Amino acid sequence: MNKKRRVQMNILYIPAVTIIAVFMIFPLLRGFYISFFKWNGYSSNMIFVGIENYLKLFKDKYFCVALGNTLLYGFGTALLQNVFGLVLALYVNSKFKGRNVVRTCVYITVMVSGLLMGYIMKFFFDLNHGIINEILQIFGADPVYWLGEGKYARIIITFVTSWQYVGSYMIIYLAGLQNIPSMYYEAAKIDGGNSWQVFKNVVFPLLIPSISTAGIQGLISGLKLNDVIIALTKGGPVMSTHSLSTYISFSYFDSESAGYASAIGIFLFTFIFVLSGILNKYFQSKEVSY
Amino acid sequence: MMKEKKVSTMKSNNWWKYIVGVGLIIMYLLPIYVLVVMSFKGKGDYGSYLALPEKIVFDNYIKIIKSGKVISALKNTAIVSVSVVALEVIFGCMAAYPLSRNKSKFNQYVNSFIMAAMMIPALSILVGVYTEIVKLGGINHLWAVVFVEVAFGIPLSIYLYSNFISSIPKALDEAATVDGAGVFRIFWSIILPQLKPVTVTVMILKGVGAWNNYLYPSYILQKPSKYTLVLLIKQYFGSSSSVVDLNSASAVAVLCVMPLIIVYLCLQKYFIKGQIDSAVK
Repeated sequence: MNKKRRVQMNILYIPAVTIIAVFMIFPLLRGFYISFFKWNGYSSNMIFVGIENYLKLFKDKYFCVALGNTLLYGFGTALLQNVFGLVLALYVNSKFKGRNVVRTCVYITVMVSGLLMGYIMKFFFDLNHGIINEILQIFGADPVYWLGEGKYARIIITFVTSWQYVGSYMIIYLAGLQNIPSMYYEAAKIDGGNSWQVFKNVVFPLLIPSISTAGIQGLISGLKLNDVIIALTKGGPVMSTHSLSTYISFSYFDSESAGYASAIGIFLFTFIFVLSGILNKYFQSKEVSY
Repeated sequence: MMKEKKVSTMKSNNWWKYIVGVGLIIMYLLPIYVLVVMSFKGKGDYGSYLALPEKIVFDNYIKIIKSGKVISALKNTAIVSVSVVALEVIFGCMAAYPLSRNKSKFNQYVNSFIMAAMMIPALSILVGVYTEIVKLGGINHLWAVVFVEVAFGIPLSIYLYSNFISSIPKALDEAATVDGAGVFRIFWSIILPQLKPVTVTVMILKGVGAWNNYLYPSYILQKPSKYTLVLLIKQYFGSSSSVVDLNSASAVAVLCVMPLIIVYLCLQKYFIKGQIDSAVK
């Protein structure tokens, strides 16, 4: 290909790159700039404070709670979705009638927006009239204020998200399982391996690429979690269920500290960037091929 | 004889799978069932959320449609979704062609720039995006939502198209070059016609994403007349608990979610393909 053609060709990516630059990269840099100021978000009065917003982060109790929650949502959902995603994939991959119906149903909740799923879950976890509490009362137990206490609400948010999106992970693992040539299973069976040994020594190592894909995807989307929190608890009670994402929104719009909100944003961005880099490196070293 | 025996042992080994299957189906359809049932309940129906309506009423649907809010939200959602999908498909495949065919050093930088953009968490740049949209005068305008969503979504669409174009033999381009076709001509008549399968994938992924998107629309679209369906759902469900009309709220939610579920049930294999292809490391 000659040079003229190459240059002509590159014209084709200008629109996409422009949109990304204008609506993502420029705002990122702008946010970085704003993070060095004390600013309420709308007045013309911006005071340069250097790195004070960053120093404030770890002294802020609510930030630390939100960071802890973010790690819980990230690692909790990644773990649950991957374990159950793999189990479901093995289950739907085995031969029985109606497995396609099960697969279809498990994936159906992926179609529902996280926000709406949060509101639907309120029918289940409400204090009065909620389905879970009604069932508890049948067995004579006292109703629990599920969403009114941070320790429960956090766990519920983690479980609801994992449950809602586990279908995606099931599909990723299903694809991974179906990529394993059946001769490997047969060879292992001839060698006298039982199902657990076949899984542990043959299937699992070959699934490492799927595990790395699904693991990283689960972790990153969990770390970004926001809409289901807005619907279920709005970050409360007493700021106990915020993730970093919802805390950014809260700091910007509710407590009107745009500079501080930017600093949290830069922190979150850096954190996710570094973490996914490390994980990618780690999983690359684990991949096997026969 | 042999065959019959085999079938019967298979059945007896499988009974637990059916129990698990039924359990899973209930677990995943129950929330949708509750939502639909709620939307058909009358105001005075204080039965359990799980119970069927005492009497099926359509008042909730009539009320929300009469108020005109649903129609305008549906229109806004449709405008946003169609524009987002169109822009991501068009600009996505355009960008993917040079990036997968001309792997110069510079283009590799461009490519990693785009892939890095995929990692940016939406809310981490909230302040930057919001202040910029204010400056551009985009608050309460659908175009602002469209461009922000396209910016966040197009890296994935470029990635999907690049993977696909890489699998088209280069010999086709070369043959056309020898015949005297220009770059744009080759893109238009050789590459584009082959992109149908991946375009279906992109359309489905992006369509669902845009339809359900809540985050930036909720900041940018503050006027109720500009609400999308998801924002309308939030308005109905999210109002303070003493006045919230759960039945109407459920009706709005059903209208929002049903189109997606119907499309999903009809085009399931494409949804699954999209899920697999979009799993990016």
